[in-house]
Amino acid sequence: MSTETAIRARGIRKSYGDLEVLRGVDLDVASGSIVALLGSNGAGKTTLVRILSTLLTADEGTATVHGFDVGTAPADVRRSISLTGQFAAVDEMLTGRENLVLVARLRHLRTPGAIADDLLARFSLTDAGPRRAATYSGGMRRRLDIAMSLIGDPPVIFLDEPTTGLDPQARIEVWDAVKDLARGGTTVLLTTQYLDEAEQLADRIAILHRGTIVQHGTLAELKRLLPPTEVVHVEKQPTLEEVFLSLVGPVPHHEESS
Amino acid sequence: MTAYALADTRALTGRSLRHILRSPDTVVTTAITPIALMLLFVYVLGGAIDTGSGGSYVDYLLPGILLVTIASGVAYTSYRLFLDLKGGIVERFRSMPIARSSVLWAHVLTSVVANLASVAVVVAVALAMGFRTGASVGAWLAVVGILALFTLALTWLAVIAGLSAKSVDGASAFSYPLIFLPFVSSAFVPTDSMPGPMAWFAEHQPVTSIVDTLRALFAGQPVGGGIWVALGWLVGILVLGHVLAVATYRKRIG
Repeated sequence: MSTETAIRARGIRKSYGDLEVLRGVDLDVASGSIVALLGSNGAGKTTLVRILSTLLTADEGTATVHGFDVGTAPADVRRSISLTGQFAAVDEMLTGRENLVLVARLRHLRTPGAIADDLLARFSLTDAGPRRAATYSGGMRRRLDIAMSLIGDPPVIFLDEPTTGLDPQARIEVWDAVKDLARGGTTVLLTTQYLDEAEQLADRIAILHRGTIVQHGTLAELKRLLPPTEVVHVEKQPTLEEVFLSLVGPVPHHEESS
Repeated sequence: MTAYALADTRALTGRSLRHILRSPDTVVTTAITPIALMLLFVYVLGGAIDTGSGGSYVDYLLPGILLVTIASGVAYTSYRLFLDLKGGIVERFRSMPIARSSVLWAHVLTSVVANLASVAVVVAVALAMGFRTGASVGAWLAVVGILALFTLALTWLAVIAGLSAKSVDGASAFSYPLIFLPFVSSAFVPTDSMPGPMAWFAEHQPVTSIVDTLRALFAGQPVGGGIWVALGWLVGILVLGHVLAVATYRKRIG
């Protein structure tokens, strides 16, 4: 499986007016792997994801997703992917369950109700299922969003900044959901600006900087790019706390707490 | 993909109809301004207006009021479409293997249902105020048909506004001139009471022919050739609006 290529991009270029956002992106994502596209704000991560998910046309270059060309076979690409955008795109007026049923119907599946109930259970949303999505917390919305992406078992999933704006607890919930996906054999391309997120989730990391992929490899490979660990002796300056304590004398419980 | 166009449109229309069922205030809000206008014109101004028709003023007024209702109601379509675009749900739909036209058609069909519901509320109030009609079942069907066509035509204009708007306010502002248009027509006063150029404009703008046709249908009188002028305007605006809306959608969304 891992020798197959789920996503292949070659020489992708895209400009908005004079602004060159992507300047020749090459990227390969092996089937069944999680690849993190790491980059700062404005590096072009979202633009690349939008091109790969057929929402945007590249000015130059080619890309295939699940073997289909994004330019000439966009309908086949759309059948093979799902996209979870930067802002949880759930319908707030509908309940969590209705959101899932809607997507199942739009993917033309036979038993939308059963699919919705199954996903609610998998994402610990069964109790929240009959409630409107507007009442959900940030983490619940993102989980619902990701659950909507899984309907129809698309082989390739794009997660665009899945944890931006979430609190630490919600981030961990989303991370667990993504790890589950990978165990199921789904290919995941996720974009993130958080280094720890890439470390936590990704099999491989691609660093997008100023419109090109400047490095692509496993975490270990990327770490080897830097010189080996050095031991450095640093003269330690006293902190204000230490100065303060030496001036006023030891605090009575200081001994036991240290 | 087109094989699923109907199923996709049905699923998405079900979604936006749920929005309306869960915020019925939009149907009521749409009806409030026209009802207030109707009260104002019938009980305050109407006594001084000579329509020359002999019937009660509310009978004369209702067709125009119904058009005002729809002209203000379609603004909700721009509003909902704008929010869908902004919230990213349109992106989600577009990255899925669904018929592209279904996203717009769902909003348009929902608009027809919601506006006819608002129209029903306004007609109920008009009946309470003394509106009477001798219209046959056929004439009623014709009235509903013309109102539905009017809603469709204006909703496609609303779609263009919703797609091009930069802000929520901008999305609904386009409807103000549409609401104003009935005032410069035969909807409230006969056009021959207006000064020359104004009367000429009122005679030749779409609302007058539509109002006159609806009035004749309600009164159980022959509609004459005016209905063809009305239908010409409606179909013309509908086709033009649809073409421009689809072009705007392609340009904005790709």
